Amino acid sequence: MSRIAEKFATLARRGEKALITFITAGDPDLATTEKLIPLMERAGADIIELGVPFSDPMADGPTIQLASERALAAGTTVAKILAMVKSVRHHSQVPLLLMGYYNPIFVYGPEKFLADAAAAGVDGVLLVDLPPEEAGDFKAMADRHGVNVIFLLTPTSDKARLDKVARLGSGFIYYVSVTGVTGARQSVDSSVFDAVTGIKAKVRLPLAVGFGIADPEQAGRVASVADGVVVGSAIVKLFETHRGKALEDSVTAFVTSLKAGIVQE
Amino acid sequence: MKYPDKQGHFGQFGGRYVSETLMPALYELEQAYAHYKNDKEFKEEFAYYLRQYVGRPNPLYFAAKLTEKLGGARIYLKREDLNHTGAHKVNNTIGQGLLAKRMGKRRVIAETGAGQHGVATATIAALFGMECEVFMGEEDIHRQSLNVFRMKLLGATVTPVTAGTATLKDAMNEALRNWVTHVERTFYVIGTVAGPHPYPMMVRDFQSVIGREAKSQHAKVEGRLPDYLVAAVGGGSNALGLFYPFLNDTGVKMVGVEAAGYGIPSGRHAAPLCAGSVGVLHGNKTYLLQDDDGQIAHAHSISAGLDYPGVGPEHAWLKESGRAEYVSVTDDEAMAAFQLLTREEGILPALESSHAIAYVVKLAPTLTKDQTIVVCLSGRGDKDIHTVADAMGVKL
Repeated sequence: MSRIAEKFATLARRGEKALITFITAGDPDLATTEKLIPLMERAGADIIELGVPFSDPMADGPTIQLASERALAAGTTVAKILAMVKSVRHHSQVPLLLMGYYNPIFVYGPEKFLADAAAAGVDGVLLVDLPPEEAGDFKAMADRHGVNVIFLLTPTSDKARLDKVARLGSGFIYYVSVTGVTGARQSVDSSVFDAVTGIKAKVRLPLAVGFGIADPEQAGRVASVADGVVVGSAIVKLFETHRGKALEDSVTAFVTSLKAGIVQE
Repeated sequence: MKYPDKQGHFGQFGGRYVSETLMPALYELEQAYAHYKNDKEFKEEFAYYLRQYVGRPNPLYFAAKLTEKLGGARIYLKREDLNHTGAHKVNNTIGQGLLAKRMGKRRVIAETGAGQHGVATATIAALFGMECEVFMGEEDIHRQSLNVFRMKLLGATVTPVTAGTATLKDAMNEALRNWVTHVERTFYVIGTVAGPHPYPMMVRDFQSVIGREAKSQHAKVEGRLPDYLVAAVGGGSNALGLFYPFLNDTGVKMVGVEAAGYGIPSGRHAAPLCAGSVGVLHGNKTYLLQDDDGQIAHAHSISAGLDYPGVGPEHAWLKESGRAEYVSVTDDEAMAAFQLLTREEGILPALESSHAIAYVVKLAPTLTKDQTIVVCLSGRGDKDIHTVADAMGVKL
């Protein structure tokens, strides 16, 4: 069983929901990312998503666009991210997921990437612009290397797409709660609750919800129906104003509050 | 074998590399297009607007003086510059506009580099009574202030894009973001033969009126097929429009001309087919300008319309299969060709089209006087006057 599946199973046994936190790898540098992973884990993150920066992040809002720019300016590459993951595995076994766009992976070489990612201790990959239609070969390779491939469902996905994703996906399914790009929102659309309940009835994989979830209260409400909650931009926003120890403290405090929001629900 | 295949692939190129939110919209578009492209009424309406509104067919003009001057093959100019709005772009926006109307979408969005596609989209939005928002890199807004004003006069909102390099690729990112957010009521009018399936196929089909006309016009005066087709390639819609009806005429050589900017060795160019590598961007797999880590590189061309780090996937396929050849010319060569055509024929070509002319300047003298070249004069150069003056050191 993958670390991701194991984590969801353990939480389910306890009647708990997963907190999935996102930061961009290499923002502002990879040493910071390596420090933050165990800190977030201790603060309550059950799964950690690391954004792989890309020059043209067309599914992301301004917050994560800027984070990508900061990470690229610091010289972050796929190879360096994998080296960092390898290193962080000495002191954290939290399930790690790489999230990004296909081109840096394609150029690295999909087979080599999956082999190196598995060896480094990466548990799953989510490529925003690699929908099931284009992901067949990649998924087969990922299966051979024991890496989960997480697919997205959105408010625009119909029954046929749900079936496709349910068939092909592994680890969990990521439900995008808005028709839009990433970024913190004022509120969670009430349609999310019905949608999530509807999808959960039809799939066997755990269902996590993300995009736009900005605070402990929203996280708690979403956790009441989903198996997991993804918070990204609201954490990444802290990187715009904090550095060093102040960043570590603010991220830790925020992740702690998110976890509390989820547990309370 | 007919390309693309059902999933939108041209060999290894093309496809649908977009986020899940857009997939249903792409299927909806694909189905609508598959239906209407064979619909009699749709075809008649498209033909009507091309004839009565765009002014087609435009001439295949024999450039006698340029031919004489270069002393080789006879040169014919396919006069897309004479279209309403001054470039080939409108052929495609009429087609997509009519499709949007039938799909019940009241809002169109577009990305633009030089502003020609933005103007062509704003034009059909005015014509068909649609809301229109055009995304344009901030750098391009400065370079093409005339076209920005034209779009505003036509009732469009022009949204500056400051992210990334603030040029065409970033405008396309922003248009995709906007489309994701407003996908239910919005039709994304892509301006070139790139993007996710079915756009490369659909835009090619709409633009292939260029090649169909050229073929019959050339047959009328020469009694046969041309020896060469030459066209500039940024995304590649005017080139594919010209090439496509000749694909099975294997005796017709096809040359796409990319922008070499300051020269390929300088690294500052916009020639992915000549000097790039395969990657995935903006919904399709194709040749790109990128670094070793798969980050997209900054393109450079004096022509804003060619200033794009990717190219349509069918061109990537035509290169790989060897059916078409791709070459590049520098900013300086394009500038010289601009002045040459202006002085010899009294025609101001767009800087994009000037790249095609610049290659003809090299090619024609190597051919005999019995041979012919059809070159796509994709747009007129009035919009580039400020850029040309700058390059010549003239202050307007």
